[in-house]
Amino acid sequence: MAQVSLRRVVKEYEGGVQAVKGIDLEIADEEFVVLVGPSGCGKSTTLRMIAGLEEISSGEIAIGGMVVNDIPPRDRDIAMVFQNYALYPHMTVYENMAFGLTLRRFPKDEIRRRVENAARILDIGELLDRKPKALSGGQRQRVAMGRAIVRDPKVFLFDEPLSNLDAKLRVQMRVEIKKVHQTVRTTTVYVTHDQVEAMTLADRVVVMNQGIIEQVGTPQELYHRPATRFVAGFIGSPAMNMIPARLENGAGALRLRLPGDIVLPVPAERTQRYAPLAGGEVLFGIRPEHLTEPKNLDRPNIATFEAAPEVIEPLGMETLVIFSLQGNEVTARLDPAVPAERGRKMPFAADLNQMHLIEPRTGRVL
Amino acid sequence: MADGNVLAAPAPAPAAVAPARPGALRRLARRRSTLAFVLTVPLLTVIGGLVVWPFFYAIYLSMLNKRMTRFVGLDNFAFLLSRETFQLVIMQSVIFAVGAVVAKALIGFILAHVLHALPAKGQRKWRGMLLVPWVIPPAISTLAWWWLFDPSYSAINWMLMGIGAPPVAWLGEPGWARFAVILVNVWYGAPFFMIMYLAALKSVPDQLYEAAAIDGATGWQKLRYVTVPMMKNIIAITVLFSLIVTFANFDIVRILTNGGPQDRTHIFGTYAFQVGIQSGDIPLGAAVSLFMFPVLALLAVFVLRDVTRRSREMAG
Ligand SMILES: Nc1ncnc2c1ncn2[C@@H]1O[C@H](COP(=O)(O)OP(=O)(O)O)[C@@H](O)[C@H]1O
Ligand SMILES: [Mg+2]
Repeated sequence: MAQVSLRRVVKEYEGGVQAVKGIDLEIADEEFVVLVGPSGCGKSTTLRMIAGLEEISSGEIAIGGMVVNDIPPRDRDIAMVFQNYALYPHMTVYENMAFGLTLRRFPKDEIRRRVENAARILDIGELLDRKPKALSGGQRQRVAMGRAIVRDPKVFLFDEPLSNLDAKLRVQMRVEIKKVHQTVRTTTVYVTHDQVEAMTLADRVVVMNQGIIEQVGTPQELYHRPATRFVAGFIGSPAMNMIPARLENGAGALRLRLPGDIVLPVPAERTQRYAPLAGGEVLFGIRPEHLTEPKNLDRPNIATFEAAPEVIEPLGMETLVIFSLQGNEVTARLDPAVPAERGRKMPFAADLNQMHLIEPRTGRVL
Repeated sequence: MADGNVLAAPAPAPAAVAPARPGALRRLARRRSTLAFVLTVPLLTVIGGLVVWPFFYAIYLSMLNKRMTRFVGLDNFAFLLSRETFQLVIMQSVIFAVGAVVAKALIGFILAHVLHALPAKGQRKWRGMLLVPWVIPPAISTLAWWWLFDPSYSAINWMLMGIGAPPVAWLGEPGWARFAVILVNVWYGAPFFMIMYLAALKSVPDQLYEAAAIDGATGWQKLRYVTVPMMKNIIAITVLFSLIVTFANFDIVRILTNGGPQDRTHIFGTYAFQVGIQSGDIPLGAAVSLFMFPVLALLAVFVLRDVTRRSREMAG
């Protein structure tokens, strides 16, 4: 069990590509941290530097308080689960799981005890004599996790471990991974490009983009208080609407003028916060779930407006409605019972308690 | 062979009861298995003429008396076994083949690793150069070696003298002569192993090594527990193939020493030639050349069975 620290870590590949551009991150003991971001943003590189599979160009990585920059992977006391499992095809499941312990000269009965324990946690007791070829994708994934668990390492590293599984199995294994972590409580760094996976698994999520960290926070924090335009757009599905707007000053109150001459009043308690932007162009951010059919109109800061749906997507438990404000696509989430018809104007309500204002130049969320 | 299976699969039920009507013949001609057979006839003819027929003819020959007038059963083999020279030939053939194959496999394995570790750009150049010995016709390259070993003009001896060592009668002294023929065979055959092992190395996924590194393996342990097991099939097949070919070697010994000095470098191929062609006892020569067949055939069966089992367990 250990904490992991990254201090101004940079990775520059040959040819000058800076995959990681100086990141700082403190991961606490027993914490489950997920690195999330679009493909190519440097997540795997970061994870591989922690593992020691990739050299660190500059900066410092410490595991359990010890700087590991020059320590080879085998002496870092970490375990890693790869996207394509990387099981040894010539070894049985048992041998695969025992390999790390055998190399470290653990006594035979201790190895057996640990492998059987891990097999019980992962429910793969019947598979121990099989070779990886004779396993399904989900079973291989469990074995790969078993190989990590038996080692009882300081840190677990996962690199997109569920990407090769079908959607149903992915959800199932996600739960499994969370359970395993709740059982063994080993510090975990988990990489994924899937924000749902990140939100569901993480104690804290690290959102990366183009080699830098955009924001670190709990899933709730990232959802409710995104720090940047990138995080606002990346976290949440369907993505947050971002509508170009003008922040107008009128009679001590601020107003948002959206395309199509829709005017929304800014909540009074935010006047101060948004004052610096008054009179300028902003991006008005609001999640689809806060753009609904008119309801809760008695509460403060609920504003209504009208628009004509262009696309209607009934999903069963809700209906997504997409309309356009002078070329800007906006998604709203309606109760499926609300009648909506393509091309016919209907009323919407915006919950402005949940609004965000983004400074277009810096991408900062105010 | 596999091609037959694939094509024969959808063949319709045989029209056994149908009388020979004109339609039956046309139906037979339309069957895919018939077409497949017709298409392979040329190849089967070539194989039959150049492989199967000579093989059975050699077996037949080996059971005749010297003037090929009488069937003598296994007498030729019994006679050979009782001869001291032939016992020497067996021993020498085994030393030659096993020694050369082990050396070729080891050197090929090491060269493959060195090449694999080189950056991709330099790798091609080196790979090409290291393949040269394998590409030159062995009769020609062996002549060059013969010249290198020559006692008076020998470039090797010239170098030895340069460092103050006494010259060596490379092809005149039995121990050195055996070493020399093995050396040339290794020089000629190692690139084949190298290229096969290089291909095998490239097919081991990098992630296995990364997983092993994290599991705590040192470089040697990765070699022992990942590389070698992953390459077992290719090692088995190359060694088997090379053993068969090396046991059948002829040209190197024939050109370099012609079996001498005092028969001390004869192997099955050259001895069969001497007994069968030069001394005119063709049946005895055939018996010499067939001597290793049962052993190698048995070995092949076991090795290939292992290979099949392993690939069924691992591949995919
Ligand atoms: N071995 C490498 N050599 C050069 N560039 C690399 C190498 N590995 C990754 N990169 C580059 O580094 C960036 C980050 O890659 P990676 O960490 O794999 O991204 P992610 O895992 O977030 O998808 C990408 O632009 C990728 O092209
Ligand atoms: Mg990646």
